[in-house]
Amino acid sequence: MQEKVGNVPMDADLKWVGTRQIRPDGMDKVTGKARFGADYNLSGQLVGSVLRAPHAHARIKSIDISAAEALDGVKAIVTGTDFPEQESKMSPAGEMMVNYNHIRTTVMATDKVLFEGHPVAAVAATNQTIAKKALKLIKVEYEVLPHVIDVLEAMKPDAPVLHADLITAGVSPAPTKASNVANRIELNKGDMEKGFAEADQIFERSFDTAPVHQAYIEPHACLAVVNQDNQAELWVSTQGHWVVRAHCARLLGWETSQIKVVCAEIGGGFGGKTVVYLEPLALRLAEKSRRPVKMTMSREEVFRASGPAPGTHVKVKIGVKNNGKMTACFTEMMYQAGALPGSPVSQGCMAAYAPYDVENVQAIGHDVVSNRPKVAAYRAPGAPMSEYAVESVVDEIALKLNIDPIELRLMNAAKEGTQSAHGPKFGPIGLIETLEAAKNSDHWKAPLGPNQGRGIASGFWYNIGGQTTVSVVLNEDGSVNLTAGTPDIGGLRASLAMMAAEELGVEYNAIQPVIGDTQQLGFNFLTGGSRSCFSSGMATVEACREIAQEACKRAALIWEIPEDAVMFEDGMVRPAGDNAGAHEPMNLRDIAAIAGKTGGPIVGNCSINAQGAAPSLGTHLVDVEVDPETGKVDVKRYTVIQDAGRAIHPGYVEGQFQGGAAQGIGWALNEEYIYNDKGALDNASFLDYRVPVASDLPMIDTIIVEVPNPNHPYGVRGVGETPIVPPMGAISNAVSRATGVRFESLPMSPPKIRHAIDAARAAGSTDLKM
Amino acid sequence: MKHHVSFELNGDPVEVLCESEQTVLDVLRDEMQLIGTKEGCSTGDCGACSVTVDDRLVCSCLMLGVEANGKKITTIEGMAEGEKLHPLQQKFLEHAALQCGICTPGVIVAAKSLLERNPDPTETEVRYWLAGNLCRCTGYDKIVRAVMDAASEMRGAA
Repeated sequence: MQEKVGNVPMDADLKWVGTRQIRPDGMDKVTGKARFGADYNLSGQLVGSVLRAPHAHARIKSIDISAAEALDGVKAIVTGTDFPEQESKMSPAGEMMVNYNHIRTTVMATDKVLFEGHPVAAVAATNQTIAKKALKLIKVEYEVLPHVIDVLEAMKPDAPVLHADLITAGVSPAPTKASNVANRIELNKGDMEKGFAEADQIFERSFDTAPVHQAYIEPHACLAVVNQDNQAELWVSTQGHWVVRAHCARLLGWETSQIKVVCAEIGGGFGGKTVVYLEPLALRLAEKSRRPVKMTMSREEVFRASGPAPGTHVKVKIGVKNNGKMTACFTEMMYQAGALPGSPVSQGCMAAYAPYDVENVQAIGHDVVSNRPKVAAYRAPGAPMSEYAVESVVDEIALKLNIDPIELRLMNAAKEGTQSAHGPKFGPIGLIETLEAAKNSDHWKAPLGPNQGRGIASGFWYNIGGQTTVSVVLNEDGSVNLTAGTPDIGGLRASLAMMAAEELGVEYNAIQPVIGDTQQLGFNFLTGGSRSCFSSGMATVEACREIAQEACKRAALIWEIPEDAVMFEDGMVRPAGDNAGAHEPMNLRDIAAIAGKTGGPIVGNCSINAQGAAPSLGTHLVDVEVDPETGKVDVKRYTVIQDAGRAIHPGYVEGQFQGGAAQGIGWALNEEYIYNDKGALDNASFLDYRVPVASDLPMIDTIIVEVPNPNHPYGVRGVGETPIVPPMGAISNAVSRATGVRFESLPMSPPKIRHAIDAARAAGSTDLKM
Repeated sequence: MKHHVSFELNGDPVEVLCESEQTVLDVLRDEMQLIGTKEGCSTGDCGACSVTVDDRLVCSCLMLGVEANGKKITTIEGMAEGEKLHPLQQKFLEHAALQCGICTPGVIVAAKSLLERNPDPTETEVRYWLAGNLCRCTGYDKIVRAVMDAASEMRGAA
């Protein structure tokens, strides 16, 4: 593909991009000074606390707040009626579909509670003790209704129906009866009948994945203040403060300009901090009390009431020639949306076969509501579950056809020009490069020990661009301030400063990058879809180039030559062409010094809807050892190989790879929501919901593949989400190869492994290896 | 009724009035305005609130403020000496051993406590010592490398 004008070639001699600089915000974070969501305080602030439903499904018959209101120290109480009604209408918002009626219902229940932990009321009091006491004084009368949690149970005709008006969309003719299936989607490419007819063999299996949580270490937190002139300010841990502002304005019935949102340092999000929970409550409580209101979730509240990822059921059917060439790929998937429609099932459908170049593909998805919190995005939302199922069957095909699993994938791999099932024809993508790198790695060639197995899986994620604003200011002394608007979760400020230093030809340390608040910049969509380095990077480069151009203009004025006779190169402004050598070149410090006399401050502003985000594909290798007695799986060795386009800061690219892999290991082996028969979550703590700890994991090796994205000046692809896609397939394949039993359910916890081994033994399986 | 509590905080004598139910974490954050010690769970499962009490590593969310009386408490804010970072802090920056950074203070406090007991830990020893400090971003790889590298540098300097 033709590179765009202005792109920096991959072989260019770069000073900063591709190096490992110390992040500008690092000092505050290692010394404890960085302010996260819960670290802001104002004098006179109140403590806000939420009353949550004890039932998974119940009708609210009445709420009596009178006793709580009468308690000394209680300054405000809100319930569902404090938030205006919203029209039920889906409208797209980046990766998610937004329905303000649904957001309102999630934030505060009105007529029904739809999950255990659903907010019913909130109080603001002078301290935590009084707030808790007040919550106990609020009398809520419930009529408990039958509930349903599991996705397949929720689809049964006799399942308790959550919403009496929910008619399945995407089905023709439309059903006449309400059900829990909110939407049916279908994706088609080619001719399935023909494809399966061409196959020599057909492989078919069904898989289940447990609901999991993003499990960021920082609980949701915010501080709100509403002044007497109705101007509001909100400090919050979020992945997108402009999105928070938009949601809050709508939910509260305010003008957008009434609210200023300051993005605190964010203590992890992984998609879970793309939505609002406490923020509208805190603002309404602050408005009612005219006092600052601080709200934080407990860990238990985070688990019970903030957006987890769906549990799923995924059917896979693949037809292949005996040589391994795929002829037809089918999948049908059911995803839990939680209490309100909007699971990432469409992304699951689109991603399922994206790594493969297959003529005939069909994916059917069902978006199913059940009595769980509404799901939120979790890193490549929807893709890990469907790709896990597909990669498991691909591995089974390799085993049965006796083909090397890398060769099988290479034979069927998507590449530049492949027509994807979900629409776009791929530009340059690096899947084949990751598979080749896997094949050539030491890891792939290393011997295995007893009870060990090696698994491989590939993964795909689209990545997005979206609305972005960056402002770069050349200060009067030549130093540079950079203000971006996409919250920095994992080193963004370093990457932006490196690109800016490269463009402006100044030292990395001369750039001071910050994440601005909503008053300082135009709209920025949230940090999600692996977009921040791509989009804010693109905007940073354009803003810097504006400064360079302006510097040329200023020099031209001084030198009294035409503007186009001045060039910017290596941080220097020089006369070019006929004038070359006629004037002493000036650096940006010289230009900054004369800015006032030549037209005023020099600022580069870039507001774009960043286009051209390119998918990132990856391949993971893992060695596991299965203890035949206990069923425990140990991850012995792990390698992540992924296409980064270009790694601006390799350290933070590796960090994304490693972090995604670790979350995937947890998803594969330990993590699951466990509900009791009342529909209440039984493991709402880090003790019982066990995320991987340091002693659970090995070092996680990384190989960065760089197939540049032609649509970004430095070739950047988003890298944050793809790393969580392959681990479940890779680990399941490794466990299956170690044991000789194919696993169809996550997590592969010790009891399940033991049970599967025992069952295979009882059935006299000849494949069983232990 | 509030209790009068005196203790040593990062080398300085301090006095504070605290409620019976306030934890050391609450006292540090709400009464002393030392926000470097984080609350991730308040049940002792995540380690974000790690501090040392009389050189013992504890979760400050599990200890009452009144129990701090007469003790010597060190937090993340007490680790750098003037403008000089502790080697662990420096190595965390160099190794990109933090992403969001919320677990970082607790991890560094815990790692310092390890190196005081065992200046030459193996990778496995580092992993088991830090098993009480959850990090959801990094997969621990760069954290373990930073701790090992800091240990090596500190041994060299000693």
